[in-house]
Amino acid sequence: MDKVMKNKTAILLFMLPATVLFVAIIIVPIFMSGYYSLLDWDGMTEATFVGLDNYIDLFTSKSAGFPKTLKNAFVLAGLSVTLQLGLALALALTLAKGRRGERFFVTVFFIPVMISTVVIGQLWMKIYNPQYGLINMALRSMGLDDWTRTWLGDQDTALYAVFIPLLWQYVGYHMLLMYAGIKSIPVSLREAAKIDGATDYQISRFVTIPLLKPVLQVCVIFAVVGSLKAFDMIYVLTNGGPAHASEVPSTLMVSRIFLRNQYGFGSAIAIMIIFLCFFFAILIKKVFKTEVD
Amino acid sequence: MKKENKIGKSIVFILLCFWTLVQLFPLYWMFTFSLKSNNEIFGENVIGLPKQWLWENYTAALTTGNMAVYFLNSFIVTAGTIALTIVAALTATYALERMVWRGRKLANNLFMLGLTVPIHAAILPVFIMLRNLKMTNSYQALIIPYSAFALAMAILISSSFIRGIPKELEEAACIDGANVYGIFWHIILPLMRPALSTIGIFVFLQAWNELMFAVIFINDSKYRTLSVGIQNLSGSYTTEWGPIGAALVIATFPVLILYAFMGKKIQESLLIGAVKG
Repeated sequence: MDKVMKNKTAILLFMLPATVLFVAIIIVPIFMSGYYSLLDWDGMTEATFVGLDNYIDLFTSKSAGFPKTLKNAFVLAGLSVTLQLGLALALALTLAKGRRGERFFVTVFFIPVMISTVVIGQLWMKIYNPQYGLINMALRSMGLDDWTRTWLGDQDTALYAVFIPLLWQYVGYHMLLMYAGIKSIPVSLREAAKIDGATDYQISRFVTIPLLKPVLQVCVIFAVVGSLKAFDMIYVLTNGGPAHASEVPSTLMVSRIFLRNQYGFGSAIAIMIIFLCFFFAILIKKVFKTEVD
Repeated sequence: MKKENKIGKSIVFILLCFWTLVQLFPLYWMFTFSLKSNNEIFGENVIGLPKQWLWENYTAALTTGNMAVYFLNSFIVTAGTIALTIVAALTATYALERMVWRGRKLANNLFMLGLTVPIHAAILPVFIMLRNLKMTNSYQALIIPYSAFALAMAILISSSFIRGIPKELEEAACIDGANVYGIFWHIILPLMRPALSTIGIFVFLQAWNELMFAVIFINDSKYRTLSVGIQNLSGSYTTEWGPIGAALVIATFPVLILYAFMGKKIQESLLIGAVKG
């Protein structure tokens, strides 16, 4: 048996497809991105090595607007963790108690999760349409004409208008994670608390939620990291506009690289996005760990 | 006390129904306006069922809107990605989990890094590679990167399945004189079937809906996938909503059909991915 399992040719053959894919598309490109980020390069002419200049520009150049995109990403992350996860938790706690139609609700709330973000984005673009969209039409029919806006074209509302479809689409995903997590907690624990006279609120607060911490950690990581690398919904709805009001790091990166041919500067943004994703994933894990102790 | 409880329960039920409405109404609206004329959408009949069912919207989306081509392209790219991911992931998983060699722990950890790396990391270098190989505007330009980024999750899922297969089966086959390829092909693969559908679902949702790579690696409409195609369509049909609605429905219905038939399995697949990742 051992001899069969040590067959070197077989190991090589079995590992080959995955290794080639992984090295060529993920490992090598990460290092190349790191290298490009140290260049001043438009992709055609000779590149010049500029060291960390691109990174310094990221944080100091007014016209580049990177700090603004970070702020927007953090606003999205904050809204996701509070509103989206809050709503998901409320839904999961109510449904997991076992009420009539619970499977129906879970199934329905999960539908938007699977639909392409492009489709959802296009659909919400119609909903937000200033003249014929559902929102403004509803406001007008209620006589609230003053409240109508060009939701996606207004600098004050664009970022929030982008967030609402994101919440609408992914609340079901977080709800499903939490719902499954609650279902895997032994019912006897909640029953024991009930016999001891705990109210529904107390049971959730002191029994269910503490036991749900590992799942909540996953949800918070997804919400924060997802906001840091968000692209699809924003690209479809506003592409960062108006006047960068809803610009996020990913949309800035794509427009810098592929519209303005700033390969070096764009790569520096890419590296920052990777760094932030890893940094926040680790940070959130640390925070949850100290909380448990 | 009991009465109060009943009232509370009804309030909660009403709130749940309200949220159901919030989640379903936009989708209902999408389905209905895909069959309406502008006159109905813009005022005559905003939220009702279509008075006249305009199937022409669908014909327009499929033919002049090119949705038929985009649909086929999405299908080819998704099927190719599923196939490539499954082959690469299953063989690698077998070597990583069952075979004996130095460095396999390290290799496994490296693959798992792929769970956190965002696709942003690769977009420019892969684009330059594809350009140098004259491979932009082809199905491979999407299938290969999609597979690479799906690989980590696929290995994770198949690892957890393969651990449930008793080693005795392989030992018995070994005593009967089977070599490692025979063991993999005749014993492991048939037992891994449940993992295949989980991986398949995962990769399907990812590849079918992906936008960033598709926007950048493809600009020839011959190879455009649905997500980019819809973006283009909405740019060219700004004033006519019906055909756009039809395009949105066309892109969505395969997913909904899949969900109708294997909803439970889809939910489980995404749960495995999240909890393990």
